[in-house]
Amino acid sequence: MADTAVHAATDHGHDDHGTHHTTTGLSNNKLAMWLFLGSECLLFGGLISTYMLYRGRHSENLGPDQLWDIPFTSASSFVLLMSSLTMVLAVTAAKRRDDRNTSLWLTVTAMLGALFVAGQIYEFTVFYREGLGFTTSLFSSSFYTLTGFHGVHVTVGVIMLLSVVGILMKRRTGEDKSELVEMVGLYWHFVDIVWILIFTLVYLIPA
Amino acid sequence: MALIERPATRDGGLVPAVVTPSSSYGVFRRPVETKGWKSWLFTIDHKKLGIMYGVTAIFFFFLGGFEALLIRAQLATNEGTILSADKYNQMFTMHATTMVFLFVMPMAAAFANYFVPLQIGARDVAFPRINAFGFWCFLFGAIFINTSWFLGGAADGGWFMYAPNSSVPFSPTSGIDFWTLGLQITGIASLTGAINLIVTVINMRAPGMSLMKMPIFTWMILIVQFLLLFAIPVITVALFLLMFQRNFDATFFSVEAGADPLLWQHLFWIFGHPEVYILILPSFGIVSEVLPVFSKKPLFGYPLVVFSGAAIGFVGWGVWAHHMFASGLGPISVAVFSVATMAIAIPTGVKIVNWIMTMWGGKLVFTTAMLFAIGLIVQFTIGGLSGVTHAVAPSDTQQTDTYYIVAHFHYVLFGGAVLGIFSGLYYWWPKMFGKLLNETLGKWNFWLMIIGMNLTFGPMHIIGLQGQPRRMYQTTDARAGEGFFNLNFWNLVASIGSLILGIGAFLFVINVFYSHRKNGPAPLDPWDARSLEWMTASPPKEHNFDAIPTVHHLDEFFHRKYEDRGEGEHHEYHQVATAEDVLAEQEANADKHIHLPSPSYWPIVLAFGLPVMAYGVIYNIWLIVVGGAIVMAAMYGWGLEPATATPDDYDPPTPEGGAELEVAHG
Repeated sequence: MADTAVHAATDHGHDDHGTHHTTTGLSNNKLAMWLFLGSECLLFGGLISTYMLYRGRHSENLGPDQLWDIPFTSASSFVLLMSSLTMVLAVTAAKRRDDRNTSLWLTVTAMLGALFVAGQIYEFTVFYREGLGFTTSLFSSSFYTLTGFHGVHVTVGVIMLLSVVGILMKRRTGEDKSELVEMVGLYWHFVDIVWILIFTLVYLIPA
Repeated sequence: MALIERPATRDGGLVPAVVTPSSSYGVFRRPVETKGWKSWLFTIDHKKLGIMYGVTAIFFFFLGGFEALLIRAQLATNEGTILSADKYNQMFTMHATTMVFLFVMPMAAAFANYFVPLQIGARDVAFPRINAFGFWCFLFGAIFINTSWFLGGAADGGWFMYAPNSSVPFSPTSGIDFWTLGLQITGIASLTGAINLIVTVINMRAPGMSLMKMPIFTWMILIVQFLLLFAIPVITVALFLLMFQRNFDATFFSVEAGADPLLWQHLFWIFGHPEVYILILPSFGIVSEVLPVFSKKPLFGYPLVVFSGAAIGFVGWGVWAHHMFASGLGPISVAVFSVATMAIAIPTGVKIVNWIMTMWGGKLVFTTAMLFAIGLIVQFTIGGLSGVTHAVAPSDTQQTDTYYIVAHFHYVLFGGAVLGIFSGLYYWWPKMFGKLLNETLGKWNFWLMIIGMNLTFGPMHIIGLQGQPRRMYQTTDARAGEGFFNLNFWNLVASIGSLILGIGAFLFVINVFYSHRKNGPAPLDPWDARSLEWMTASPPKEHNFDAIPTVHHLDEFFHRKYEDRGEGEHHEYHQVATAEDVLAEQEANADKHIHLPSPSYWPIVLAFGLPVMAYGVIYNIWLIVVGGAIVMAAMYGWGLEPATATPDDYDPPTPEGGAELEVAHG
C-alpha cells in the first residue's frame, strides 16, 4: 500500500524529504490507509453478519457452548490487545526518530501478533480434533471463515511489521520513517478493534 | 530527482526530454522508456492508463454487444436454434457481466483516470503505481473470466448469480468459479482505484479550488468512488462465500443443510444497488459537463446537482431489497424499501430538471456530444419512470423476472450510462487525441443507436407485461398470443432493433479510423469549453500543466476567456482571451521544476500473480503457491523501489535520476 506520493499538487522545487504539500494538509498515504480501513469495515461487517445468521445452525453437541474455551481465548485476546500498546510505543519512538526503539517495539508487536496467530491455530486444531471441520455445519463454516479472515489480516500485519523492521535496519538512520510506522500502526489497531468485536460477538455473547 | 536539460523551444513552454534507459542492470533496471511498447506496458501516467482502460472497455463493449446479438438472434424466430439452452444461459450471464463489470465500470475508470487529475489541476493521481496495478488487475481479471469460454463453458447463473442455483449441482462446469474469482480480481482494481481517486480529489486540487469550485464530473466521480469503496467489500464477502461453497464444499447457500438462500441475495444487492449508481453517476457527470458547454450557459443549480448526486449516493444504500420484493421479505420490509425507492426518484428528478433548465434559453449547439447528452435525458427519464413502477411493490411482483425489468434496466443503463459515455467520447476525443471526430458520422452513430435502442428495448415493455419470462431461451407459437400483443412479432422487432443498434455503435469505430485518417489537428478549444482540462495542450503534455493554475471560479477556464461587463445581477460576458492566449500565458509562467513519478515493472507483475492464483483455485493448488510467490516478490520489489527512478536508471546517468523537467526558455 505504501506508495510514495507524487510530488504533484504544487511545485516546491526539490522536495525530496517527504513533506508533500496537499490540499487538506493530510498525508496522502495516511488518508489512503483510512479509506482502506473504511472499506475493510464492510468486509468484516459482511462476514460477521454471516456468522451471526448461522451461529445457531449446528448439531446438538458441536456448538459454541461445547467448544469455546473462554479463558484460553481471553488470554490470546489479551496478547493481541497488548500488541496495540507496543505498537503505540513503536510509533512514538519513530516520531522521536529513535530507530533502535522503533525496531524493538515493532519486533515485540510482531511477536505478540504471531503469538496470537499461534493461539488461533492451536484453537482451530483443538476444535478440529473435537470434530468441527470447515464443512461440518453452517456454524463451523461461518466461524472458520470469519476468524480465518481475521487471522490472515493479523498475519499480513505481522509481515508488514517485520518488513518495516527490515527497512529500518537497511536504510540510513535518522531518516523520517514515522509515517510508514504510523500507517502500519493504523492497520494494526484496526485489526485489533475488529478482534474486540469478534471476541464479544462470537465468544462472549451466549448462543 | 533528475534535472533534464532540454533544448529551448521557440515558443517557450516545456517539452518532454528524450531519455535513454541505462542498460547496466539488464532486465532489472527501471523501464524509463518514453517511447515504444515498454512505455505503455510499464507506464504509470494517468493519461496513458486512461486510454488503456478506454480501449479495453470498448473492446469488451463490442464483445458484450456480440453476445447480446446472439441472444436476440436466438429469440428472433420461433423456436430458435442458434443457441442451446445451456449456451443461452452462458450468453446472457456473460453479456451482463461483460457490460457491467468489463465495459461501463472500466469506461468510467477511463474517463476518471484521464480527466480527474486534469480537471483539478494535478499532474497525476496520488498513487500512480497503484493506478497502473488497478488497470492490470482489471485487464487480467477480464481475460481470466473470458477464458472460461474455452475451458468448459462460461458462468451460467445470471449476472446476480442467485444461490443456491449457482452451486455445483446446478452448474457443474467451472464457469461460475471463473466468474467468482475473476470478479474478485477486477474488484481489487475498483477498490484500489477508489482509494486512489478519493485521495487525489481530496488532496491534490489546484490552489484555490474549493470543493464547490470543482468541476461537476469530478464531483460525480468522487461520489462514485465512495460507493465503490463501501460496495466492493460486500460483494467480496459474497464471492468468497460462493467460492468456499463451490470449491471447498462449504454449505453457505445449501437449503438442505439449513442455509438461508436470502443471504446471497442480501449481500449481492447491498453491493448491487449502489452498483447501479456506480454505473450511472459518471455519465450524469459527463452530461453535466457537456450540456452547459453546448448551451453556452453555466450549469443550472450547480450546488443542487452536487447535493442531489450525494443524496443519490446515500439513499442508494437503503433501497437494495427492492430487488427482492418477490422473495417474501414480509410486509414491513417491503413497505420501507418501496418508499425509500420512490424517494430516490426525487434527487434524480432534481438532476433532470437542472439539465433542462441549463438548456432553457441557451444558445444550443447540436453537436454529436450534445445529442448524446440530450438522448440521455430523454431515454433515462423513460427508464426512470418504469423504475418507479417497480418501486410500487404490488406492481413489481407482477413484473419480477419478466422482460419489463429487462426493458427498464436497459433504458437506464443503455439510455443512461452508455449514451453518457458516448457523449463523453465525442466531447473529450479532441482533448485526448488532438483530433475531432467526424460530426456527420457521429450523427449517424447517434441516430442509429437511438432508433436501435428504442426498437430493441421499447417492445420489451409489451413483451414483459404480457408475461414473457426474462430468461426464456425459446419463444413458441403456442404461447405467443394474438393480434397487437403477439410476442413473436415484438421479439422480431426487438431483434431487428438490436441489429440497428449494433450497426450504430460500430459506426463509432469506423468514425475513429475515418477521423484519424482524414482530420487535421483539432483546434485547442473546439467547443468553447469551461473547465480546467481544456487549459492544456491537446493531447496534454506528460506533466499536464506547465504551470499549475490558481483557481478563482467554478468554470475557471471560461472565466479566463470571458470578462463579465454587466452590472449587479445582470451578466454580460465578453471574450477577452482565446484558449491559445490562456495556454501561452501558462507556458510563459511554467514551473521551474516538475516532478513526475517513474514507470515501474511491479504493478503488472503483481497483477499477473493474481490470475495465476485464481487458476490454482480451480485446477491445482500448487498454482496458488506459484501465484502467491509472484505476488509476494512483486510486493517487495514494489516496496523497496523508490517512487522515482535513480540516476543509474538512465544512460548516461543523470545527476539525480527521475523524470524531472526543466524549463526550457530564457
